[in-house]
Amino acid sequence: MILYIMRRLGATLVVMAVVALVVFSLLFLTPGDPAAVIAGDIATADDIARIRMKLGLDQPFLVQFGGWAWRLLHGDLGTSIFTNLPVTTLIAQRVQPTVSLTLCTLVVAVLIAVPLGVAAAARAGTWLDRFVIGFAVFGFSVPVFVLAYGLIIVFSVRLEWLPVQGYRNISEGLWPWLSHLILPSIALGTVYMALIARITRAAMLDVLAQDYIRTANAKGLAPREVLVRHALKNAGVPIVTVIGIGVGLLISGAIVTETVFAIPGIGRLTVDAILRRDYPIIQGVILLFSAIYVLINLLVDLSYRLFDPRIRY
Amino acid sequence: MTAAVLSTPRFASPTWQRFRDAFARHPTAIAGGIVLLVMVLIALFAPWLGTVDPQAVSPIQRLKPPSSEHWFGTDMLGRDVYSRVIYGSRVSLAVGLAVAALSLAIGLTIGLVTGFIRWLDAVVMRVMDGLMSIPSVLLAIALMALTKASVTNVILAITLAEVPRVVRLVRGLVLSLREQPYVAAAVAAGTSLPLILLRHILPNTAAPLLVQGTYICASAMIVEAILSFIGAGTPPNVPSWGNIMAEARSLFQIAGYLILLPGLFLSITVLAVNLLGDGMRDALDPRLARRM
Amino acid sequence: MKVVFATLRAAALVVALVAAGTASAQQKVLKFIPQADLRILDPITTTAYITRNHGYMVYDTLFATDAKFQIQPQMVDKWTLSADKLTYTFTLRDGLKFHDGQPVRSADCIASLERWAKRDALGQKLTQSVDGWTAVNDKTFRLKLKKPFPRTLDALGKLSAVVPFIMPERIAKTDPFQNITEAIGSGPFKFVKEEWVPGNKVVYVKNTDYVPRKEPPSWAAGGKVVKVDRVEWIYIPDSATAAAALNAGEADWWEQLPPDLIPLLRKNKDVRVENIDPLGSLGILRFNFLHPPFNNQKMREAVLAVLDQKDYAIAIAGDEKNGHPCYSFFTCGTPLSTEAGAEKLKGKRDFERAKKLIQEAGYKGEKIVIITATDQPIVQAQSLLTSETLRKLGLNVDLQAGDWGTLITRRTSKEPVDKGGWSLFHTWAVGPDMISPANFAIVSSGDKAWFGWPNDPTLEDLRNVWFNATDAAAGKKAAEAVQVQAFSYIPYITTAQFIIPTAYRTNLSGVIVAPVTFLWNVEKK
Repeated sequence: MILYIMRRLGATLVVMAVVALVVFSLLFLTPGDPAAVIAGDIATADDIARIRMKLGLDQPFLVQFGGWAWRLLHGDLGTSIFTNLPVTTLIAQRVQPTVSLTLCTLVVAVLIAVPLGVAAAARAGTWLDRFVIGFAVFGFSVPVFVLAYGLIIVFSVRLEWLPVQGYRNISEGLWPWLSHLILPSIALGTVYMALIARITRAAMLDVLAQDYIRTANAKGLAPREVLVRHALKNAGVPIVTVIGIGVGLLISGAIVTETVFAIPGIGRLTVDAILRRDYPIIQGVILLFSAIYVLINLLVDLSYRLFDPRIRY
Repeated sequence: MTAAVLSTPRFASPTWQRFRDAFARHPTAIAGGIVLLVMVLIALFAPWLGTVDPQAVSPIQRLKPPSSEHWFGTDMLGRDVYSRVIYGSRVSLAVGLAVAALSLAIGLTIGLVTGFIRWLDAVVMRVMDGLMSIPSVLLAIALMALTKASVTNVILAITLAEVPRVVRLVRGLVLSLREQPYVAAAVAAGTSLPLILLRHILPNTAAPLLVQGTYICASAMIVEAILSFIGAGTPPNVPSWGNIMAEARSLFQIAGYLILLPGLFLSITVLAVNLLGDGMRDALDPRLARRM
Repeated sequence: MKVVFATLRAAALVVALVAAGTASAQQKVLKFIPQADLRILDPITTTAYITRNHGYMVYDTLFATDAKFQIQPQMVDKWTLSADKLTYTFTLRDGLKFHDGQPVRSADCIASLERWAKRDALGQKLTQSVDGWTAVNDKTFRLKLKKPFPRTLDALGKLSAVVPFIMPERIAKTDPFQNITEAIGSGPFKFVKEEWVPGNKVVYVKNTDYVPRKEPPSWAAGGKVVKVDRVEWIYIPDSATAAAALNAGEADWWEQLPPDLIPLLRKNKDVRVENIDPLGSLGILRFNFLHPPFNNQKMREAVLAVLDQKDYAIAIAGDEKNGHPCYSFFTCGTPLSTEAGAEKLKGKRDFERAKKLIQEAGYKGEKIVIITATDQPIVQAQSLLTSETLRKLGLNVDLQAGDWGTLITRRTSKEPVDKGGWSLFHTWAVGPDMISPANFAIVSSGDKAWFGWPNDPTLEDLRNVWFNATDAAAGKKAAEAVQVQAFSYIPYITTAQFIIPTAYRTNLSGVIVAPVTFLWNVEKK
């Protein structure tokens, strides 16, 4: 088991190294360059060339990559070309909002979708089942930003129950923090909920048809106990898998949600950095993403053992 | 179907017979199929559906609500929204179908190969992991920033994000199929790898892949809308449901029809494709639901 | 016992609330939604308007432009010009201090101006005539010229893009092509670096040591009296969200809103929508003079013949109130604006004549690449219009869209179109940047010119005549001559003049009507 973890972590490092190289090369080949953005609209070509030189962007690929990799190994993610602030500071400023948003969305989605999926499977064929299926399909069919705008109109503008935009640090109070996250979580979480509900329902349906469930029922166990203790646990593997896959969805969707709700998260940081060609930020964030993603996958794979003792590493 | 049935994949023509029957028992899937067909027809026959040039601008006519002259109203440059939505079906459907086809083809190839060649498997899966860790949105923005906004770039970016999932699916199928007695028999008989793949593995991947393909198609259309929203989508003058909505995003309280109408078309089409996929999946093998 | 505790808890809560209430009541915070995200703190290395606005918060200038286009002293107390017009002597006001407590000295001013002059076009022109700067003492310094330069004070009191802000000498010694990292100035606000979250929030506090002038404020001149304690720039990238935030009171002032959203804000009686910008901005259509087809003057004239400013005005501004034609190379409504030579742009649009010109030019179907930016609505609107118009003329148009970063990089390319070059792009500039023959787009010195690289020695000579004009009448005549030649050579085409409205809640007062959004003098009830 330990060996397995060590091997996976080793593979993680390899993946990250590959991602780093790919991203760096991609950016190096990009014709756009930050010097032009810095110089602004009214500057001349000469201005841009001079600024470029000062930033060291005219040096050969290996020199630039080597320098960046060396600094990286010392824990230095570099400095933003525009703001001259360290990338680590910029990321640190944005981590809390994104983590808050993602966590809230995950909690909301799992708390709503899993019970819905279980209930739908338990009452297969009834109106509840139809409703859950309908909701699942609907969730997939509406783009996040349309949903977000709709929520803002109804709950912020018309009803004035919740704030329109922004993010409040949790240190400013639990309700301010929460109230700014409710609408974004719902908007972002709908797709997630749809996915989880559908998979949960399908997995539960499959498990509920198994012999051992019939045995448990025959034994006289209460239906709820049958559901939770026997069925849900065995359905755990695909459910947790899809939660893991969904994280990728979350990050993509978070970018849109952060833009609409003006949440200063990492998603927007990255988009802005790409549009401005602020290379150090782009490289730093992508590395971060890939590390998180691979780690989550590892956690998901490890959790399989909890649900299915047959799985051996 | 109980658990007592071994998970032997079915192949050869009885499958299609069973498939057709099962499919007929799912009216929602059929509805989905019909709607999709209608959309494709709309896309093909766009010029004859009472449309004008979707790119013709007329600033004087900007932001007029739906009327008898402009059935869906006009947008911020005075372009006819009805024509743009009708022609938009071409780009949106093209993106959906192209992404589905491409990602299936590429994913299938890679998945088949890695399923059989052990050492390649480890390497490729790590690469796929790496690829999956870069959100498709970022990839698309980067691609657009690299060259220019084009339908091709959008298709490429979304395909790249979908391929790893297809690879996982195919690989999983291959790994389980590999253990089947008839495959072991074929290997023992000395059948070449390509022939084994072609004759035994491929036909059994067809069904789940088809189902996955519909989901990819639906998701790709939504992602295209999201990319347009971010500004990394299809070029502005060529309409797609996504970029019609994206261009009008700040006007949703003033000229809501600009977002509502293309949004309706998009949602209905995506819904249809999803229902189709669900129906196909249920008809082929309900247990597939666990995996997708 | 439980009751006692409950009461104590309640009392504590009340006390806390009251304390919080009084604390916030004492601090007046102005929440401002800026036009863009502040990324670069250096107003000299970049021409970005948002950084210029930041500059006006944190720094001060020697001279400033007032509402009558006159140059008024700001940091300068008195100044003299020698009889031979070759020596300026400036004396600073009393009590000027930087935010780090250091007094403002002549050395600081000289270093700042030298750094500014290396980047700004007008500054560069000035430098050609400069013999040297000398500090007489800490409060007085001299500028010695080689030959008279009548535009000296115009340069030192420049209103927009690359404003000669005064910084401490140690910071001003930074290479002009490298960003400074500190924002220490002597202006009416102090920049709070610890609270800066790029992409989200910029925080300024009132500079209590600032000594404003006694005169009433008039554009960038006069007394800069700050009437709030703290200013927060909250960047909201989505305009629909920004409108909702303003309506809900989560922000007090939205600097620039898309004209289409005006009806949304008008419905709210707590919000006021106004045009506080008297000059507006000009749309610019720029050709590439290095390659066909627009290296041919007849092709450019063809475009001039069919371009209808009324269409562009409406496409950009939404209605006639906020956008109108401006048949001049200089901002309409300013002293030098004229319609001399504008017949080709003003009259009825003539597609037939354009087609004839295209034939005469010998156009053989060369591809015209129009580069546009999807994230810039004003640029985008113009590009789509132009692309359609040229298509109607039967020209081979290829509209290539990227983001703004791609556009400004692509336009640096001097290659032909098939090697990644370009033929045409659009942008826009605020009125103050386009008021005279000194504007960046009309410079036609070939290689040294702005992107597109127009090359017309005649135009350059006429511009020099304007630079050396000694009085207002001569200046106006020279400007007219420049424009007439410009309509013949066509270094760019003005597509429209438009005003971007602003919106603020009714509890704000004292908003200054000016081409730049200034935050002093504003009160919040």
